[in-house]
Amino acid sequence: MNYIGKSNLRVDAYGKVTGKAKYTADLAPKDSLIAKVLHSTIANGEVISMDVSAAKKVPGVVGVFTCFDVPDVEFPTAGHPWSTDPKHQDIADKKLLNQRVRFYGDDIAAVVAENDVAASQALKLIKVEYKEYPVHTDARSMLNDKDAMALHPNWRKDNVIAHTSFKSSDDFDYDKAKLKAIEEYGEENLIEVVKNVKTPRISHCHIELPVSYAYVDSNGKVTVVASTQLPHICRRVVAQALNIPWGKVRVIKPYIGGGFGNKQDMLYEPLNAWLSVKCGGKPVILEIPREDTMIGTRTRHPMDGDVRGLATKDGKLLCRELKNYSTNGGYAAHGHSITAKCAGIFQNLYKNPLGVNSEAWTVWTNAPTSAAMRAYGVPQAVSFAETLTDDICFKGGFDPLKFRLDNLCDENLVAGGVKFYTYGLKKCLEIGAEKIDWYKKREAYKNQIGPIRKGVGICSFIYQTAVAPIALETASVRMILNQDGSMQLSLGATEIGQGADTVFTQIAAESTGISPDKVYVISTQDTDVTPFDTGAYGSRQTYVTGNAIKECGLLLKKKICEYALLMEDEDGIKGKKLEDLDVSDNYVIDKNTMEKLIPLDKLSTTAFYSFTHNQHITAEKTTDITTNTFASGCTFVDLEVDMPLGIINIKDIISVHDSGTIINPALATAQVHGGMSMSLGYGMSEELILDPVTGKAYNNNMLDYKIPTAMDSPDFKVEFVVMKDPTGGYGNKALGEPPTVAPAVAVRNAVLNATGIGFNEFPLTAERLVHEFKAKGLI
Amino acid sequence: MSKKIITLHVNGKDREVMIDERESLYETLRNELNLTSVKKGCEVGECGACSVLLNGRCVDSCIYLTMWAVGKDIVTVEGLRDEENDDITDVQKEFIKEAAVQCGFCTPGFILKAVEIVGHNKPYTRDEIKKLITGNLCRCTGYMNIVTAIEHAIKHNMDKLGVPYEVMPSTTSFDVPEDEKDKMLESLLAMQNNDVTKI
Ligand code: FES
Ligand code: FES
Repeated sequence: MNYIGKSNLRVDAYGKVTGKAKYTADLAPKDSLIAKVLHSTIANGEVISMDVSAAKKVPGVVGVFTCFDVPDVEFPTAGHPWSTDPKHQDIADKKLLNQRVRFYGDDIAAVVAENDVAASQALKLIKVEYKEYPVHTDARSMLNDKDAMALHPNWRKDNVIAHTSFKSSDDFDYDKAKLKAIEEYGEENLIEVVKNVKTPRISHCHIELPVSYAYVDSNGKVTVVASTQLPHICRRVVAQALNIPWGKVRVIKPYIGGGFGNKQDMLYEPLNAWLSVKCGGKPVILEIPREDTMIGTRTRHPMDGDVRGLATKDGKLLCRELKNYSTNGGYAAHGHSITAKCAGIFQNLYKNPLGVNSEAWTVWTNAPTSAAMRAYGVPQAVSFAETLTDDICFKGGFDPLKFRLDNLCDENLVAGGVKFYTYGLKKCLEIGAEKIDWYKKREAYKNQIGPIRKGVGICSFIYQTAVAPIALETASVRMILNQDGSMQLSLGATEIGQGADTVFTQIAAESTGISPDKVYVISTQDTDVTPFDTGAYGSRQTYVTGNAIKECGLLLKKKICEYALLMEDEDGIKGKKLEDLDVSDNYVIDKNTMEKLIPLDKLSTTAFYSFTHNQHITAEKTTDITTNTFASGCTFVDLEVDMPLGIINIKDIISVHDSGTIINPALATAQVHGGMSMSLGYGMSEELILDPVTGKAYNNNMLDYKIPTAMDSPDFKVEFVVMKDPTGGYGNKALGEPPTVAPAVAVRNAVLNATGIGFNEFPLTAERLVHEFKAKGLI
Repeated sequence: MSKKIITLHVNGKDREVMIDERESLYETLRNELNLTSVKKGCEVGECGACSVLLNGRCVDSCIYLTMWAVGKDIVTVEGLRDEENDDITDVQKEFIKEAAVQCGFCTPGFILKAVEIVGHNKPYTRDEIKKLITGNLCRCTGYMNIVTAIEHAIKHNMDKLGVPYEVMPSTTSFDVPEDEKDKMLESLLAMQNNDVTKI
């Protein structure tokens, strides 16, 4: 392979280091009106009335719109492919502005003004009268209150978005399995761990705020330029919310400053479009301030799970159970799919010879809406599964590495139509163990006393590449040959910072034989121009869209070779057949002799301007993928705990990934760094905290909500176990999200190794550590 | 509103602008001078995305009044240039080479901070670099490659000053040798130099 597996520099790096790369807010017309949103100051209830008279009088205010003015249309906001089967459609439970308030910060009114100051002043002058209802900010308290009011009575009376139970077999019951185990092994030969684990509400904290601007163009088309991960889905949702034909909406996506799943939901694009329509189609820009972003957009689900696990005294895992309550917040967004994915990964990460039950409830609550965030329920799944494993090992005196090598799922795993076409999980563990010097350190860190204690820990994971067969996986690609033998690559898949445009360029180059410097990837998606793709989520693009690029590239190459046969006057062409020709390094070549026959620039110019064989060579391909392959990997960490201060110091950390062929190792490594950092935030410092009584967030700003800074970030080590996966375009599997899964839990397990305390509530803040060490008499 | 006409010295030129006395330097640079590399991530001094150089030191322009910047030398990423070699600066090159850019939204702020740091002419360690950049937030990179890029930029400067300086060796077995990265950068810049905006 010529261009796959090479660390090409990013195609967009020059624009980004020189400030030339344009993001949504950079492109808004100078005369754009400014919109701002008013958020509710109660968490559950109704807006009875609103007085906007003073707000309307502020000079410069163009319009004030309230929850009483919006269309009576509830729409779905999730960035899923639409389903033509009503049973599988996303839950439509949100209006543009909501009179029925479901969480503290719900959108209840909007102001449009000629300038920022006027818009802000007007917001403050809106008077709201509420009727308040009791508040339940988390799933359990909502379910425990039998009289709790339904937040979406049209959908469910009990606030349960969905309840599922994945069992190894229909009749599996953990308690029965335990009785069977006692019979077989004797109670004294079993180790059981029963506990509760809680995961935090996490804010995505992409540095670019959610922003869009909308206008109605001269042909009446409602146009939204948006910082979104999925322009084509955004178009559909805007149309549904405004109740207009889908073709009447156009969505344009320039560079975006991070999304991490938050921008996989339609956030304020529909409202923005509607505000522009209400203001005569004038351009209106809507940028959500950080404080509102952290409560009013989406968050990662806080989950609260009861887990049980049983193993034999010689280290054989027998059976496990998870009962997980997932707090979804005021609106359904992705519905149950994230909690369901969490349940599936918990179930399948290990072999469970006596069976497993993974049960999950996703619950509407009076809290910010939870939806997609990088790794979609899997960080929570391994928080349950991999803390359980280490607690079992701690209790049974097993080596956590050996226990995993013995009990983790193997290459035969098949789950929900997903399997390991290539299996590298145990190899990852072996490499990680060697690099961190596992056995030596486990030995050295035994029986420690004193204020500084050392520990090593592991966490492993599996991860589905893409979303098939649960969801449609489709991608379209268009290639256009230019007169000089270069090409445009146009796709609906999006660059969101992860480096997609660069790997797309490499895949296009590999499949066409046109060198990467002559592949012009069109980074901006425009639904009026760009072919369809569902967008950036689920670690799917390099797999799904990558396949489409490969197919399209092969088609373009075939057309080029067919045209070459028409150029009979060229030396060496006469007598050649299609199967003799190939394209390599910008030449049509003879495959058998590798002889260069026609340079592509000459061929292209001829094709464009020939009187006899005029042709504009283009190719277009839509592919849908029905296979899905597991990626996997692990993180090892070596750390010190400062007991009196409760501070964790990471000395060494390494992630090893089984992601098939690595298309661009340098960018892949960078991607892993970012995921590791995000996971350490989840593990050690990040938590958006709500007041349980009022539902108001305590720390919705970047000073009090602690994402890692450079000083908090160790130097990360990264390795890959490269195996060519037969289903990936060039052997590749998921890598976008997996890096965000394991590090947090590896840290937790290393703290257990260091101190003997297994923490079951993330993040492991200094406060939590000191509190627990004191309670246990360690300090 | 009290509007005022003032002169700002931005990216080497005097620029006359009409401002509201209450507006931030962030607003003036973007709205009046179209310097859109100055980004907003919070507007309250938390993230550093809006960093600009004022007399060689980074400030958060979102919490700095434009009025205070009168008479100072203001530099944004649009104004960075290695005049001697008519090229982008070493800092910018190292950000490209070390894959320190992902979504790119924090990048202008980090680059200006890095320019300031390199300008100190000190052989900073990685830990010292981390401390110096800790006021700039990045959610994509985990900072690792940013620190490495800054280390490499310091190295170029230390080489010029004749001061010995070692950068951290690569931590992955997949790393590309420096000379190969240089070659790729060269061809990337050659492509950019064909850019009509530069001819
Ligand atoms: S925008 Fe100025 S510091 Fe965040
Ligand atoms: S590169 Fe995206 S925030 Fe830093």
